[in-house]
Amino acid sequence: MSTTVSEAAAPPMRGPNDYKSDVKPVWCPGCGDFGVVNALAKAMAKLALEPKDVAVVSGIGCSSRIPAYMASYGFHGIHGRALAAGTGLKVARPDLTVVVTGGDGDGYSIGGNHFLHACRRNVDMTYIVMDNRVYGMTKGQPSPTTEPDWDSKLSPDGTGLREFQPLVIALTSGANFIARGFTGDPNGLADLIEQAVRHPGFSFIEVLSPCVTFRPEQKEWKKLVKPDAFKATAEMPRAVRRLLRDTGFDLGVLYCGNRAPYAPRGPRASLAPSDLEARFAL
Amino acid sequence: MKKDKLPRTVEEFMAYAWAMEVEAADRYAELAAQMSTHHNREVAELFAKLARIEGKHRDQIAAQMGWTRAPDAAVFRWQTPEGPETTDYGELHYLMQPWHALKLAEHNERRAVEFFERFAAAKVPSGVRAAALEMAEEEREHVRLIGEWLGKVAPPEPGWDDDPDPPNVAD
Repeated sequence: MSTTVSEAAAPPMRGPNDYKSDVKPVWCPGCGDFGVVNALAKAMAKLALEPKDVAVVSGIGCSSRIPAYMASYGFHGIHGRALAAGTGLKVARPDLTVVVTGGDGDGYSIGGNHFLHACRRNVDMTYIVMDNRVYGMTKGQPSPTTEPDWDSKLSPDGTGLREFQPLVIALTSGANFIARGFTGDPNGLADLIEQAVRHPGFSFIEVLSPCVTFRPEQKEWKKLVKPDAFKATAEMPRAVRRLLRDTGFDLGVLYCGNRAPYAPRGPRASLAPSDLEARFAL
Repeated sequence: MKKDKLPRTVEEFMAYAWAMEVEAADRYAELAAQMSTHHNREVAELFAKLARIEGKHRDQIAAQMGWTRAPDAAVFRWQTPEGPETTDYGELHYLMQPWHALKLAEHNERRAVEFFERFAAAKVPSGVRAAALEMAEEEREHVRLIGEWLGKVAPPEPGWDDDPDPPNVAD
C-alpha cells in the first residue's frame, strides 16, 4: 500500500487537540484505546462540534476512562450502565451530541441488556465499543467476545463458550448504523465516527482495540484487518447475508438504516414534574 | 482503494509535507506523555525531543511557504493508516529504551524518504518534482542523523522487557 494522500477537505474550526483534555491517559503504552481518543478528537474536529455541545458517557473499564481525556462534557458512570445514562441524557437534552464509550465486558456482558434495548429504542446517539476480548482492568478475565479456546491462568483450557456476536446482535436488535473499525487506523476510525454521529438514530461502532498486556498476540491484528471490506447497505437482508461471511476483521460500514430515531411523543416533554407525578400516581 | 491524489502545485505538495510533520510532532508528544505516565523518563525525554524536532520542521515549512494559518490539506486521509512519519501506538512498550525509540524514529524517517521519492517519480509538475526531491534529500539527512544518534546509544540487553512485578500476573 502506498503512502500518499487523498481528499482534501474544508479545514475545521478547531484542531483535534482542542478536543482533548489536559488529563493524560494512564493506559499501558501500546494500548489500542489511544487510537480511539485520537480518532474521536479528529471526528469532533471534522464535525466542527463545540466541546460544550458534546457529552461523552462511559461505564467502567480501561476504555471507559475516555470521558476524562476529552475536553467535552463527560460522565464516567457505573459498570454496564453507560447506555442507560446516555439514553437519558439524549432524551432530556436532544441538542447535545451524545457519544457513549466502553469496552466489551462493560457493553456486552454487564451492560448486555442495555445494548439490546438501546439498539431497539434507536435514540440518536453513537456507541463506541473498544473490543479487546478481555477484561483488562480487572487483570485478564475472559469477556463475552473472548475466543472459547483462549487459555489463561484465569480460564485454563479456555471457557469453551462461543463468542458474543456484537454486529449480529446490533443488526437484529434495530441499530440504525453499524460499523467496525480498528485502532491501528485512527484516521479511518475518525471517518467512521464522523459518519456515525451524522447518521440519525442509534449508531454502533465495534472497534478492534488490542490489549497488549493481557492479549499481546493481538498485536497481530494489524495484519489481519481488512479495510473497507464492508460495503454499506440500507437493506437488512443484504447486511445479514454479509455477516454470514464476516471474518471478524472486516472493517467499514456494514449497515445504514432508514428507521426514524426515537422521539418522545405527546406533550410529556413539556410537562412540569408535578404534572408528570399526577399522571403516574397510583 | 481510493486513487492517489497527486499534488498539482508546490503549495499543495508542501501542505502534505506540513501535515506529515504536524502528525509526527503530535504523536511524539503523545508518546512522551505515555512514557512519562509510566515513569520511563529517559524515553519520555527522547520522544519529547523528537516532538520538538518535528515541530521545528513543521514551523520551517510554514515559514518557508509564508503561511500564517494551517493549509487546507490539514484535513485529509493518508492512504496508509497514518502519515509516514507517525509512530504506530502499538509499537510502544512501557520498559522500552532509548535505542527502541530511535529505531522507531529511524523507521519513520526512512518511510518519509520513500514518500517523497514516490512523489518525485510520479507524473507531477517540475516544480513539485524539485520540491519532492529536496524534501527526500532532507529526510535522508534525518535518517543519517538518527543513525549517528543510534550509534551513541547502547542497544538493549537480552531480557530488557523482563519485569519482576509485571502488570499481568493473575495468580
